[in-house]
Order: sequence, then structure tokens, then C-alpha cells
Amino acid sequence: MNGTRPLHQSFVETAASRPERLAVVEPGSGAITYGDLDRLSDRLRDRLVALGVRRGDRVGLYLRKSIDAVAAIYGALKSGAAYVPVDPGAPPARNAYIMQNCSVRVVVIEAAFEAAFRAELSGERAPPELLVLSDVGGGCGLDRALERIAGSAETAGTAASAPGDLAYILYTSGSTGKPKGVMLSHDNAVSFVDWCSEVFGPVADDRFSSHAPFHFDLSILDIHVPLKHGAAVVLIAEDTGKDPQRLAQLVAAENISVWYSAPSILSLLAQYGNLSGHDHSRLRLVLFAGEVFPVKHLRTLCGLWPEPRYFNLYGPTETNVCTFHEVPTPVPDERTEPYPIGRVCSHLAGKVVDETGRIVAPGEEGELCIAGRGVMQGYWSLPEQTARGFLLDRDGVPWYRTGDVVVESMPGSYLYRGRRDRMVKRRGYRVELGEIEAGLYQHPKVKEAAVVAHPDEEAGVRITAFLSAIEVKRPSLIEMKRFCSERLPLYMIPDRFSWHDALPKTSTDKIDYQRLKEMG
Amino acid sequence: MDDNIRTELKEFILKEFLPGEDLRDLTDDLPLISGGILDSIATLKLILHLEERYRITLEAHEADKSHLDTIDRIAGLVEAKVKSRAS
Repeated sequence: MNGTRPLHQSFVETAASRPERLAVVEPGSGAITYGDLDRLSDRLRDRLVALGVRRGDRVGLYLRKSIDAVAAIYGALKSGAAYVPVDPGAPPARNAYIMQNCSVRVVVIEAAFEAAFRAELSGERAPPELLVLSDVGGGCGLDRALERIAGSAETAGTAASAPGDLAYILYTSGSTGKPKGVMLSHDNAVSFVDWCSEVFGPVADDRFSSHAPFHFDLSILDIHVPLKHGAAVVLIAEDTGKDPQRLAQLVAAENISVWYSAPSILSLLAQYGNLSGHDHSRLRLVLFAGEVFPVKHLRTLCGLWPEPRYFNLYGPTETNVCTFHEVPTPVPDERTEPYPIGRVCSHLAGKVVDETGRIVAPGEEGELCIAGRGVMQGYWSLPEQTARGFLLDRDGVPWYRTGDVVVESMPGSYLYRGRRDRMVKRRGYRVELGEIEAGLYQHPKVKEAAVVAHPDEEAGVRITAFLSAIEVKRPSLIEMKRFCSERLPLYMIPDRFSWHDALPKTSTDKIDYQRLKEMG
Repeated sequence: MDDNIRTELKEFILKEFLPGEDLRDLTDDLPLISGGILDSIATLKLILHLEERYRITLEAHEADKSHLDTIDRIAGLVEAKVKSRAS
């Protein structure tokens, strides 16, 4: 029955019935079958249990994306622990904070990161055990590390995880400056994976891309959906992931059939990937999530890749994907407004409320709230933030407040308006910064646009547009102001236009608004 | 006289509201208010500047698009005011 099994169960079953099938491909480093991945993760499970990991514990993963890291995910899950993946490129102090915050019992770490991480841990009363891998790639690093200590662990058997046990904790940037841990249970994860099965119909012949890093919630689909269905997942290394030319080659060479990423890299692929020069005929699904896909880049992409179906997926880490919309192709030339985020996924429920928590009339703006099996258990050891994140209805059902303002544009289908906290008042008018961005994106020379607001003594709020251009020659200030005046109300025209070669990005490849705010 | 006003006006607008822009882009018929270049606060600053610089007074009904939208119109308005002051 759906949902009563642990997250790793379907993978284990596939490994038993079709052990010879390819599970994970790591271009340049090798590939691993379901049978071998199952055995490698069993050995890690045994080692983790020998190190004291018990059901309900946490295991940290401080690894670059690799077969080793996928095996570590399953090893941790089989031991009954929740896995806590961190960005190995993030500052060691931040990662140490995360590991200490949720008191992981063991950290599986690459030797390259060990010294700096240990230095951050010094003075800690109960530091975690470190399981050090000399290197990662193809699963060899983990295999060797376990080999060295072979014989020390007995077969522990896979823990009997309950649906409510935590499967993973993903840390997201908190508004206070400290990362906060979003706790997701096995049932949260399985309900989402099952929804993906229902909508995307994965088959064993599919080859999924894994573009997002493992500390990003897109990775849940990338890893756990293909491995539920006997399909393969192709891991894309960080440096390749930023290079549209190499990515376009990889999609062809690895016969990718399901692509999932943030829109930003798809925009780059459309513009610089030389897509028409490759055979991408296996591609049947293009999924994107994480931010608004500028329509002009989406149109270009759909023109170059006319065959696949396109889905706009929406949802915060706290719920994973909670609404979805299939984009009909081709994208009409005259369309400029972004596509809807669509309707609520079948394993969830949604409602739109005003500031007081009352449901608004259809067609009115409000905050989207989500309830159901996919919704997180809370933030790790932050009961007050967790309580603030939810709205309890009369029956005591917790609704997660997404902080996103939407409007029900058609029955059951939502249009994204912007962040609740990206709504500013200017000269008495309510201004949605995202709407200014959408206007700026209509300029043919604008490649990226991000708008931030600062309090201003004179004007109340000062609006700055950060932009990058398609060409070296940037449009003049006069040109930009006139362009905006033709598309936006005058009170929405930015006060400043700040041009850059590229806008700063977060580790998950989204535009880094925090940095932009600091830049003024 | 007319050309002087235009040149001075352009220099003022460039310095105050369009730093770094090319003087040649600021043409005599460029829509300043309806084109989003001068917002309401900038328009007020422009009016204060005109009143001070040319020792004229703008009536409330003149502080709008139909009188101030282009360099041409502003120069025309200022010129008329200066003339009526002299007579």
C-alpha cells in the first residue's frame, strides 16, 4: 500500500528483482547496478550501526555528488537514520553549525573536507564520529573506506522505519541568518514520490538527470523517483552543471529522458547550449522548479526542444512540489506573462487566505497554504518558528503557510504573484517586485533581472533593478526608463538600474537576493 | 536665449536625474514625465530649480505633463514667463 513503506523500500525491492539493471551513472567515473548499490549501502548501514547509529538518529553527508553519496543516502536510511546532506562547497563553519544543530551521530565525509571540518568541531562536547572517504567517484571511495574496516561490522539488518520517522533534513537559509533544518518524514517523501509516479509515469527505461545538488529538495525527485521504478539516474557534477555546452552534450550522450532543474540553467541551455546541434530525441519530460521561468527563455527552449512535455513545478522545501502546471507548447510569440503554478498535487490540499487567515474569494490575492501528507514535520529544534509556519484550522489541521501570494486565476489553478515579503508599498500603491521583473524581462536585451527594495527617507521605498544584458552594449538609462514607462505604472519604475555581467547566484543556482540587498 | 535655456535644462536634468547618460540621448522631444524619466519628486525638484534659476513662478496647473513633458515644452514655458516678467 502506498505510503506505509519506508522511502528506500522500492529501491530495495527493485534491487532484489532486477539486480543487474543500471541504477546510477556518474559520467566520467562509472556506473553502478541496483544490486551493487544495494550491497554497498548495506555495508555502510552495518558500519553506521556499528558506530552507534540507531533508528531516529541523524547521519551527515559531507560529500560531493557521486555514486558514493547516493549509496550513503541509502545506507543512512537503511540504518534507520535521517540523512542530512550539506553543500560541500559551503563554509565549513556553516556545515559544522548544521551538523551540531541536529546532532548527527556520524558524518560521512571526504578527506578533502576533513581537516577544516574538524577544526570547526574542536571544543564540541560530543562531536560526531567521522567516516572518512579518501575520495569519491563511482562508489570506489566508499567501498575502500568500508574495506579498510571490513570484518568489524556484523550484518545489522535494515531498520524498521515507521512512516513518521524522519527520512532527511534539508537546511535552508533562515531569515535570522542561521540555516534552519526542514524535517521531512518517510511518509512526506513517499507521498511525493508516489505523486510523481502518478503524473510523470516513469518507466524502467527512463534516464533521469540529477542536476540539483543533494542538499536541494529537487534531488528528492532526481534520486528517489527513478530508483523506485528501476530507471537510471545520471549524476551531473557541479562544474558541468553550469556549462550549457557540456550539458547539451551530456543530455545527448547519456540519453537523458527526464530533465529536472531550476529554470536558470534551462535559460542558459536555450541561449548558449547549441541545442539544435545535438540529438536530444530521448527527452520526453522537462521539469523545472525553484523560481519563475522568464517566458522569453522558455519560448526559446520550447522552440529548440519541441518534443518533450514541459511542467512548471512549484513548492517550498517544506512541502516539496505542491502545485504543478503543464505548459502547452509552443509558447505563443505574443505571450509575456509567466505561466501559472497550476493546481494542487493530489496528495495535498491548498487554500488561499488573507492576513487574518480567512479564505479569500476566488480571484482575490492571498497567501497559499498547503496541508496533507507531503507537509514537513517542522523545523529542527525551532518550535516557535515551526508554530509560526503553520495555520491551524478549526479541525486542528496544520496548514503550512508558503509565504507566497497567489490568485486562483481559473477554478483550481493558481497564478503566482510573488513573495509575501516582496510586496512593498510605494506612494500608497502596492508594488509586487516580481511584476517589475517580469516587465524588465520583456526588454530584448535583458538577460537577467532582479528587483530589490530598500527603505528610503525621501521616497519611502527605493527600488533598484539589477540587470545583466545579452550583449556587451547595455541599454541606456533613458532607454530603460522609457521602456518601463510603456509597460509598468509610473510608480513601479525602478529608481536605479544597476548593470552587471551576471547576477550573483546561491549554491542552488537561484538569484541571490540576499547579496543583492547588501549591494544596495 | 531659447538655446541657452535648452542647454542649461539638459545639463541640469542629466546631472540630477540621469547621471552618466549621453547628452545626445536627451533630445528636445524626449517625453520626460510620460516616459518615466522624471517621477513626481523629480518633477518637483525641476520646478523648484526653474523658479529659482529664472526667477519665475509656475502656477499649480502648469506643474504637469502638458507643460513640462519635453525639453521643448519646458523651454517654451520658461521663455514665455521670462518675457512676461521683463515687459
